[in-house]
Amino acid sequence: MRARRPTEDHPATRALFVGATMALIIASLVMPLAMVFAQALAQGVAVALRSVESRDALAAIRLTLVTAAIAVPLNMLFGIAASWAITKHDFRGKSVLLSLIDLPFSVSPVIAGLLYVLIFGMQGWLGPWLRDHDIKIIFALPGIVLATIFVTFPFVARELIPLMVDQGRQEEEAAISLGASGWQTFLRVTLPNIRWGLLYGVLLCNARAMGEFGAVSVVSGHIRGLTNTMPLAVEALYNDYEFVGAFAVAALLALLAIVTLGAKALLEWHYAGELAAAHRH
Amino acid sequence: MSLVIDSVRKRFSAYPALEGVSFTAPQGAFVALLGPSGSGKTTLLRILGGLEFPDDGSIRFADVNWLAVPTRERRAGFVFQHYALFRHMSVAQNIAFGLSIRPRRERPSRTEIERRVAELLALVRLDGLGRRYPSQLSGGQRQRVALARALAIEPRVLLLDEPFGALDAKVRKELRGWLRALHGRLGITSIFVTHDQDEAFALADLVAVMNKGRIEQYGSPAEVRNSPATPFVRDFLGMNASELPNPGIRPAQVRLDTVRNRNSSKEFGS
Repeated sequence: MRARRPTEDHPATRALFVGATMALIIASLVMPLAMVFAQALAQGVAVALRSVESRDALAAIRLTLVTAAIAVPLNMLFGIAASWAITKHDFRGKSVLLSLIDLPFSVSPVIAGLLYVLIFGMQGWLGPWLRDHDIKIIFALPGIVLATIFVTFPFVARELIPLMVDQGRQEEEAAISLGASGWQTFLRVTLPNIRWGLLYGVLLCNARAMGEFGAVSVVSGHIRGLTNTMPLAVEALYNDYEFVGAFAVAALLALLAIVTLGAKALLEWHYAGELAAAHRH
Repeated sequence: MSLVIDSVRKRFSAYPALEGVSFTAPQGAFVALLGPSGSGKTTLLRILGGLEFPDDGSIRFADVNWLAVPTRERRAGFVFQHYALFRHMSVAQNIAFGLSIRPRRERPSRTEIERRVAELLALVRLDGLGRRYPSQLSGGQRQRVALARALAIEPRVLLLDEPFGALDAKVRKELRGWLRALHGRLGITSIFVTHDQDEAFALADLVAVMNKGRIEQYGSPAEVRNSPATPFVRDFLGMNASELPNPGIRPAQVRLDTVRNRNSSKEFGS
């Protein structure tokens, strides 16, 4: 038997901790996920597929994808701009901006949704003006996108800020002293240095954007086939005792999340060498 | 084509960095800014390179108002203390950077850039290492890549911040002689910052001894060594390098990070 290193814990201790963690993960993550798929396929693949192909379900899928397609790129741009401003420049109110970025993490999504209703809703501040100009925000796509943006606000910036703080400003200074413009410096030095963190942040942001329930629920109005996103459709179907349909849409939503995670893992694995090189510097 | 620095002042919010610095670096001279940490020498170098802007004073180069020239048009070859190589680019790409970003009509052709890179690699004695990445090089090799990168833009002045600061004693001695010879060959007006008097005296034609944002004495190594102009210079030269306060950390590099979150960067496979 191999001798135990002095810093190593007793094998029983190790087994206990690993076992407890695994048990927790299986009980709280793997089993429910498996249940979702099992329930979705309880009456066969054909039934599950048919319920996903229903008009309302398809509309919900489309709405979710459109919302993510608008919210994620916007938050990516915002995240890059904010972390660039915070890490490469000094200005007044920097710490305030930092706390504001974190706000969506600490505020309940439902409150965020309500705030938008108070501002843009019929009885809200801008309600009469919006009505006069025939602009619909609440109970329509713009409101859903706004709520999603609010909730997924911090993901990209939070991923990039520590990375960019770590990297400092020297490479940018070098680029400028070598004759690069600000834009060239950003495209050829800053962006390549943060690309992995950026990708990771965008994937997380996307997963959350597709899965958000609370804030979207408040502003959407739950109009079937019109303003129900996938998570809202799941709830609606479930409340109607359409369990197969609910679980089928839920399974599809889970599948999207799994694909996102899979893409991240694949990229990490594929570019492991480059990642390590970038971090070793 | 001399570099004339006149009454340059710079204040950072917490402390004054430069309190009226004046000296002239003649064309082709190798000038050392020598002093303890916090004496303002790096700040002065960064001002010359366009990385900081002085509050007051003037700098003329070849009778041009140097401070009115934007950083990216100065063609000041800046070699950073920690090299600041582009970590995602190969050595060859690093060296080619200053040429490859030029607007199309000023940019040399691809083959011309390749030729220049090969030439510079040979000059800094790194032939054949063009495809490596900075993380695969030793400290001394990185230093020479940083120098080659700065030389690629055919700089009008060469600015070196503690060029040997991060290297061990043996490599430092080797590179010192090599850099001196290279400077003689290229004839570019060069200014370097150091806290090590041996290095300053061995390399420079002219030494500016700095203390608390002022120049205490400016002259040839022999003058400074033989007749220190002020008590500070005498004391400073009397000290061995090992007795100096730790030169590795300077106020500008100390950051108190509240935003740093090690976990999140580690999650992403560090």
